[in-house]
Amino acid sequence: MFENWSYEALQIYWWVVVSVVGALFVFMMFVQGGQTMLGVAKDEDEKTLLVNALGKKWELTFTTLVLFGGALFAAFPLFYSVSFGGAYAVWMAILFSFTLQAISYEYRKKENNFWGSKVYEGFMYFNGTVGTVLVVAAIATFFSGSLFYVNSYNLSAWQSPLRGLEAAFVPFNLSMAFAVFFLTRINAAAYFVSHIEHAPLEARVRKSALKSTLLSLPFLLFFLVNLLTMDGFALGDGGVISMQPHAYLNALLKLGVFGIGLLALGTIFIVAGVYLLVFTKSKKAVFATGLGTILTTLSLLFAAGIGGAAYYPSIYDLQSSLTIYNSSGSRYTLVVMSYVSLLVPFVLAYIVYVWRLMDSKKLSLDSIKNEHLY
Amino acid sequence: METLIDWSRAQFALTAMYHFLFVPLTLGLSFIVAFMESLYVKTGDEKYKTMTKFWMTLFGINFAIGVATGLIMEFEFGTNWAAYSWIVGDIFGAPLAIEGILAFFLEATFFAVMFFGWDRVSKRFHLLSTWLVAIGSNLSALWILVANGWMQYPVGMSFNLDTARNEMVNFWDVILSPVAVSKFLHTVSGGYITSSLFVLGVSAWFLLKGKELWMAKKSVIIASIFGLLASLFVIATGDEAAYQVAGKQPMKLAAMEGLYHGEEGAGIVMVGALNPNKKADNDKEPYLFEVTAPKMLSLLGYHDMNAFVPGIKELIYGDEARGIESAAAKIERGKKAKEALVLYKKAKAQKDEVAAAEALKTFRMYEKELGYGYLQKPEDLIPPVGLVFYSFHLMVGLGVWFLALFAMALLFGMKDSLEKRRVFLKAALWSIPLGYLASEAGWIVAEVGRQPWAIEGLLPVGVAVSNVDTGMVQATFWLFFVLFTALLIAEVRIMLAQISLKAKGESHV
Ligand code: HDD
Ligand code: HEM
Ligand code: HEM
Repeated sequence: MFENWSYEALQIYWWVVVSVVGALFVFMMFVQGGQTMLGVAKDEDEKTLLVNALGKKWELTFTTLVLFGGALFAAFPLFYSVSFGGAYAVWMAILFSFTLQAISYEYRKKENNFWGSKVYEGFMYFNGTVGTVLVVAAIATFFSGSLFYVNSYNLSAWQSPLRGLEAAFVPFNLSMAFAVFFLTRINAAAYFVSHIEHAPLEARVRKSALKSTLLSLPFLLFFLVNLLTMDGFALGDGGVISMQPHAYLNALLKLGVFGIGLLALGTIFIVAGVYLLVFTKSKKAVFATGLGTILTTLSLLFAAGIGGAAYYPSIYDLQSSLTIYNSSGSRYTLVVMSYVSLLVPFVLAYIVYVWRLMDSKKLSLDSIKNEHLY
Repeated sequence: METLIDWSRAQFALTAMYHFLFVPLTLGLSFIVAFMESLYVKTGDEKYKTMTKFWMTLFGINFAIGVATGLIMEFEFGTNWAAYSWIVGDIFGAPLAIEGILAFFLEATFFAVMFFGWDRVSKRFHLLSTWLVAIGSNLSALWILVANGWMQYPVGMSFNLDTARNEMVNFWDVILSPVAVSKFLHTVSGGYITSSLFVLGVSAWFLLKGKELWMAKKSVIIASIFGLLASLFVIATGDEAAYQVAGKQPMKLAAMEGLYHGEEGAGIVMVGALNPNKKADNDKEPYLFEVTAPKMLSLLGYHDMNAFVPGIKELIYGDEARGIESAAAKIERGKKAKEALVLYKKAKAQKDEVAAAEALKTFRMYEKELGYGYLQKPEDLIPPVGLVFYSFHLMVGLGVWFLALFAMALLFGMKDSLEKRRVFLKAALWSIPLGYLASEAGWIVAEVGRQPWAIEGLLPVGVAVSNVDTGMVQATFWLFFVLFTALLIAEVRIMLAQISLKAKGESHV
């Protein structure tokens, strides 16, 4: 069936796939958010509850990140080449923080673990703060642009000596980074509440969600106002890129249900979720905040990639900007990979199945007494 | 520029070699644990469950760090080999993405069940999960080795001048490449050996200490059966790997054997030392001393005792009588392809379709040798012979030792005389690192023997590298060096602590 699709349709399809993986990743970063909340625990037992609740999911988040990278490599190899090879320092810093995370759960409590539990908790905290902020700042450059040049052989050169770290000094990028950072903490709180049975801890977790919400608001507002009013890198006839006022607002409107619609719906879900979490005793808030996070992220990624803009713009040389059309794999590769992508729903299905099976029994001080522990 | 390439290679080698310190154990121990749990489910004997859980703990400790190092590798193609990622990403990216979809999620999802599911899911579902983790980790090896196999023997693509990259034209050629298949089988069976050695060695330690005897003896039997089968298989697939190398990468084969001058009915050096002063263009003796098995190399490489095996000299300077072209001639044609590509690009930019068509025709005539056009001189085509030669011989020698070791272990295990054989037990214990050594040596043969190519015959490493400052790469090299080394130390200490806890009977994990 995919053989009959046009090249353009395949490119759009793959941007959608990448966006879905990206949106799931942003939601799954509740693990990172949770890693910054261990301070909510009053004693070692409570901390053990928090860490073990996250411990069952960290690998899934990690693997989603890996798939995000792999899917971009296969579908948009020029992005992979330009961004990873160019923004070298920022990506390395991100990878570094995730490497530290990967061993922390397994090693934190083990006998003779070289550094002691505190250091591993420090690693988790580092990953949850610096890792999250840098990942999102890097994604924010989808709107704010980067400094690179691509030659006629499609080989690129980065034009900033900071090698991508400069993204972390742009207010717009930072506003998005911190908005998402607090969002990951809200999602984490919702997840903890749904997963752990321990009343005193639950009360404190709910309270911290309120704090995260309030702290996120200024960043969120700054980000949204800028996004909707700023000039964007619009894609014109013949692939020419030009600066257009309100490009992202236009993109969201143009995408209709898939743009402004998803954004609005996503926001409503997040607000509803926060309400459930902070003002009611509901344990299901995570469904609302989670779905809201996914929908909102989707709308933003759609606006960047398929709303008539360049998704990886260059402020150094406008015409070097990457669009889904000039950076994708060949038609043949996209067709092959599209068949492979048909497996994704099955993968999602078994993940959801196992998730529900494993979460049917809540974590409590009793249950952790006879379990494998992180 | 040279130093940038060297540092980038060093960084890739560092991360790959660290990654592969953990991967072999994941590949094999996952199956061993699955066998043990199957025995538990079949017999219902709690002793098997305790045994399963013990080895599973060690598996988990190793798994975490394998995942940590793998992440760096996944992105390193972009960060350090950006030009590579563009020039061949259209083909190379696909197996990596498929690996994520098919393999990593399987591992990640069922890993959680394996460790946290004992009281949450049924016995059978738990067993299934353990098997799925084993299958998932071996699937991830499959896809990454398809990618690596393609680098050794690029097939199924064609060069597109407009995008200046290779594009995939036949997916089946890529995944069913004989090189990929033999690589996969050989590498995973090497992993099974390494894991069996690990289980055998740790069990030997318990036997030496007189602790956990039941578990240790059972583990020895399981590990030695698995290891013995894997050893036979590794030799068979190693033979196939060498056959593939002979046909597809003759220079690598020559380096593996230190074969400077080609021969009919060439032998294999059983033991020997290379003469460090030997160069392709002098007449010095290649070996300081050597003991050779006659005709074996011809047999191994061409399945014909009298076949001619070209040496480094023939491959570089050519041998007209045998129809072997000199490297200089290939470089010459490569330069023509390179020039034609530049002309084509210029003509296209000026919208001169006639000139573009002309350039395209020239390009297609010489495109097979495009990669050679980037080399300075024919001698650049010679990989570091010493490293490849010694690594190869070390690996093969160890392969023979492992076969003997597992055979003995099985024999003594069946006769239940293990505890008396202290020398044997010590040998088994000290063989644990040798499995890792053999695996790393294998990769050195495969990867160093491929130099100077990133993609054999297609893309030299110098062209593949990212446009980064050397200082950046140096910084990240040391960063990862320190990080991975620290993590390795932590890992080994934690493992040892778990093992000695078990010996003290404090089996809570
Ligand atoms: C899918 C591809 C792939 C895979 C599975 C591996 N490598 Fe590799 N390796 C490369 C792709 C590659 C590469 C990116 O292509 C490098 C960098 C420069 C080069 O020529 O090859 C490389 C270089 C490289 C070098 C440096 C060679 C030199 O420059 O002299 C070593 C020692 C290794 N690798 C070792 C390994 C080990 C121990 C691996 C086991 C995990 C491994 N490689 C897997
Ligand atoms: C350049 C090559 C490689 C890349 C890019 C790579 C990438 C990765 C990544 C990203 C992970 C973590 C996956 C997760 O999130 O769970 C991983 C783990 C793993 N890789 Fe690799 N890998 C490479 C080489 C290899 C090779 C050669 C093998 C086997 C022959 C292998 C086998 C595995 C296995 C079994 C795991 C599971 C975790 C563990 O190691 O304990 N990898 N790899
Ligand atoms: C005993 C006879 C053995 C033979 C004849 C043999 C042969 C080979 C050859 C020819 C290669 C290079 C393939 C290439 O460059 O593409 C290779 C690679 C390799 N070998 Fe062996 N080997 C043997 C034993 C072992 C053992 C015992 C181990 C590990 C425990 C091992 C692990 C590896 C690994 C990991 C590689 C790299 C992956 C690959 O290229 O397939 N080998 N082997």
